[in-house]
Amino acid sequence: MSATAVHSLWTMAGGVTAAAPDEKFKAPVIEYAQLTPVLIVIGVAVVGVLVEAFVPRRARYYTQVFLTVVALAAAFAAVIGLAAGGYGTTKAHIAAMGAIAVDGPALFLQGTILLTSLVAVFTFAERRLDPVAHGNRVDSFAAQAASVPGSESEQAAVKAGFTTTEVFPLVLFSVAGMLVFPAANDLLTLFVALEVFSLPLYLLCAVARRKRLMSQEAAVKYFLLGAFSSAFLLFGIALLYGYAGSVSYAAIANVVDGSVTQIDPALAATMGNDVLLLIGGAMILTGLLFKVGAVPFHMWTPDVYQGAPTPVTGFMAAATKVAAFGALLRLLYVVLPGLSWDWRPVLWAVAIVTMLGGAVVAITQTDIKRLLAYSSIAHAGFILAGVIATTPSGISSVLFYLGAYSFVTVGAFAVVTLVRDAGGEATHLSKWAGLGRRSPLVAAVFAVYLLAFAGIPLTSGFAGKFAVFKAAAEGGAGGLVVIGVISSAIAAFFYIRVIVLMFFSEPKADGPTVAVPSPLTMTTIAVGVAVTLVLGLAPQYFLDLASQAGVFVR
Amino acid sequence: MSFPLLTATAALPAIGAIATAAVPAARRTAAKWLALLFSLATLVLAGIVLARFEPGGARYQLTESHAWIKDFGVRYELGVDGIGVALLALTALLIPFVILAGWHDADPLETKSSRWRPTQGFFALILMVEAMVILSFEATDVFLFYILFEAMLIPMYFLIGGFGDRAHSGSDENAAAQRSYAAVKFLLYNLAGGLIMLAAVIGLYVVAGTFSLSEIAEARANGSLSMATGTERWLFLGFFFAFAVKAPLWPLHTWLPNAMGEATSPVAVLITAVVDKVGTFAMLRFCLQLFPDASKWATPVILVLALISIVYGALLAVGQRDIKRLIAYASISHFGFIILGIFAMTSQGQSGATLYMVNHGISTAALMLVAGFLITRRGSRLIADYGGVQKVAPVLAGTFLIGGLATLSLPGLSPFVSEFLVLVGTFSAYPAAGIIATTGIVLAALYVLVLYQRTMTGPVKAGVQGMADLKVRELVVVLPLVALLIFLGVYPKPLTEIVNPAVQHTMSDVHKKDPQPEVEAAK
Repeated sequence: MSATAVHSLWTMAGGVTAAAPDEKFKAPVIEYAQLTPVLIVIGVAVVGVLVEAFVPRRARYYTQVFLTVVALAAAFAAVIGLAAGGYGTTKAHIAAMGAIAVDGPALFLQGTILLTSLVAVFTFAERRLDPVAHGNRVDSFAAQAASVPGSESEQAAVKAGFTTTEVFPLVLFSVAGMLVFPAANDLLTLFVALEVFSLPLYLLCAVARRKRLMSQEAAVKYFLLGAFSSAFLLFGIALLYGYAGSVSYAAIANVVDGSVTQIDPALAATMGNDVLLLIGGAMILTGLLFKVGAVPFHMWTPDVYQGAPTPVTGFMAAATKVAAFGALLRLLYVVLPGLSWDWRPVLWAVAIVTMLGGAVVAITQTDIKRLLAYSSIAHAGFILAGVIATTPSGISSVLFYLGAYSFVTVGAFAVVTLVRDAGGEATHLSKWAGLGRRSPLVAAVFAVYLLAFAGIPLTSGFAGKFAVFKAAAEGGAGGLVVIGVISSAIAAFFYIRVIVLMFFSEPKADGPTVAVPSPLTMTTIAVGVAVTLVLGLAPQYFLDLASQAGVFVR
Repeated sequence: MSFPLLTATAALPAIGAIATAAVPAARRTAAKWLALLFSLATLVLAGIVLARFEPGGARYQLTESHAWIKDFGVRYELGVDGIGVALLALTALLIPFVILAGWHDADPLETKSSRWRPTQGFFALILMVEAMVILSFEATDVFLFYILFEAMLIPMYFLIGGFGDRAHSGSDENAAAQRSYAAVKFLLYNLAGGLIMLAAVIGLYVVAGTFSLSEIAEARANGSLSMATGTERWLFLGFFFAFAVKAPLWPLHTWLPNAMGEATSPVAVLITAVVDKVGTFAMLRFCLQLFPDASKWATPVILVLALISIVYGALLAVGQRDIKRLIAYASISHFGFIILGIFAMTSQGQSGATLYMVNHGISTAALMLVAGFLITRRGSRLIADYGGVQKVAPVLAGTFLIGGLATLSLPGLSPFVSEFLVLVGTFSAYPAAGIIATTGIVLAALYVLVLYQRTMTGPVKAGVQGMADLKVRELVVVLPLVALLIFLGVYPKPLTEIVNPAVQHTMSDVHKKDPQPEVEAAK
């Protein structure tokens, strides 16, 4: 195409050119091999639905767990295969008629999402934590989601030993959407992916075994606000179509650059109208920032994190953030780099209020899950600082941060599932007092996660924070770095407070017990700790991986 | 490739920490001996480092350099100059005494819980701190130093918060609350300082493109790296703020009395004699070397703050009722002297400051550990609870007096040499500052002698009667320290020979020459 294609943030894909209107109809070319990760996950999800319909109830749990783990592992293997085949670097291109990008960032993020989902699914399958009910081991999910909490039908369902094994196909559908979301290369695919991963999440939030009402309330809140944000996104997409005459990222970017001079006669009245571009871009940003959980679009985060079943919270907190930041990066770096003078100040402001807001409000929290929710908001702010850099190192640092953060998050929520009393998980902070005396190992592991969240050196949190701050400083956002370290200092206070509580407070007489989990949750926690320490001590390999992956295709 | 001696010096206590932590719960005594053994082995290695170090040789010796995190431009680079080697030796020397002095401090009160292993944890954490401090004295890569500077807070924090002084007034619960307050205050102050420094570290990388101290210094010397005046000053302030919190310099000092008061005496020694030295050491190595112009720009303000530290710390020490807090405020006063010496920018001042770091480490360790033995016997930290100790426990009183006299810099004991050098160095550049600093010495005499008088002399108080004198283990701790105080007081040459060339390097970094005396003195 044109000479303006020389850009450091993306490369030009060969082959895909806009079809002239007078050409004959051609069958669409779909590169199935390059879409295998997504196809595997969706395919097994569909099989999972069939399992629900045809496999006897007794065998469903094992079948579903097996299928889910195999699907995620196979999809991850496919991602590795694609990356090894050079699709992350030299062979990066646009697949599926321009709908999906197969490039470094997409593969890196898909790999991260699949791995975190894999370890998160282990906590979904955990059945040793809750006491045995009527001779059946039970997991964190309601016996029958449709029964009213506390009703006779629920009691009957518990007695019959029902379990909601539908969660596994739901997770797979959600993962499939997340895989497409950061790889989407046109706005419609983006929207479809958003809905595919959001709807199962709304459902998953509602099916907690304990504290059902809170769980359902969380789901309704999440759904309503999520629907709002989807509407924003969709409206933004419409406006951008009006502006550019196309939903394809590349085409929109060309119009933004001014490299397209031919005006589509059908859109003569609106095409190239900057008002549409600015309003549309802002609305799409709003939709994505909602998913990311950035202030002022963060209101859903604490309620949903608190109400959802903790395994779901861990999965959602980690994987959604990865997918949403991936999409945000692609949108800003591929579609709207020409507009960076307009969006950078806005994101500056958003990043500042997100970092400070998340850190400050977290101080007053008394529930561990809400605390982690506000901490996730503060972390979204740190990642935004890397996004704002608008340099190749900005991309790679955000990728690295997302990888590091997601494992810490999944692990931390897995620990939360272990600390229990008669009412289920004991999430109120006062109940965590003296945990270090009762169970030194669990408390020590959680302390490692907290130190990683706080960004103490020798943990992955520090390496990630350093990477994004360095990218931000190099990208000319030194002020953001200063605010970032200040909010890190504020954030350190409440992480440290939890450590103080665990180690230096006397245990309460009626305090919670730490359940001994099955190897499933242990694996999750152990993987989390291992990744945290490895990325903290020797991050070079992964930084290399992230920087090799750090070029978008357009 | 030659044997990585410096890495080994730091790796040995780290391995010791892991080994100690892994000792089974019931084998407490074995854990103690293991920790002591590792600390002594580290001392031997430090001795080898000292022997291999050539005072007149290259600036950084025994260097090691390996790629670490390429993307951040970070290398694992080690090397020691005279200042680093002196402090490394001090650290390795003090830790065995700290371990011996704290022999019973972490014995569990109740043996019910088999999984809670405080003793193993206590000694493992001490060795962990030793490893990190030693490595931070050796690091010649700014990023590596920063990581250690921050990471050492975590074991320190658990040492303060997890193992409080059992001698306290009030209820156990109240004491636990005060202790965790002290630990949190320590951590937050230092973490805030460290995070401000992180911004400056990133800024330095953006400006210089490398973290290697030698590369940056070389680039600055040959003019290929020039910093805008404003940039350099901001970066300097970011670094200095962190070091001033750690050192601690007035008005960032308030965490120290809490931390030293609530921690056990050996941990208090660890804080003030070992960990805080990283702050003053880093001022010499990083602030002056990386930002010479900004250092000179900031000198007047820093000198004033140092003077306030000296006088304010001494005044508050006079007014303390708690023995350990008194020693903490005395330390604040002494850190004022060290910082004064560093920023007087004369070679005597900086040599004096370096010697001061070493001597203050030894003298505070002696005083604080004997005070700890005293407090353990009586179960109280309040000065008013003591009286006439010298009649029942003369050896204890005698060693306490020597430690005290070292603190007030009596001639013949090693701190005198360093304090004198600092004052001479300061006076030759800033006479007024030198005169004000002298008042600190007068006040030191006051707080030390009044402390001695009120606790050791006079009629024997009720709680003091029948107090046992120092036991063999305690004598093993105290006597070598006292001997060292006297030896270095009479013959400081081995130390000055190591330190002086390094100070000359630093002086040339800041392009400063000593002010010439009006009458040429005979050399």
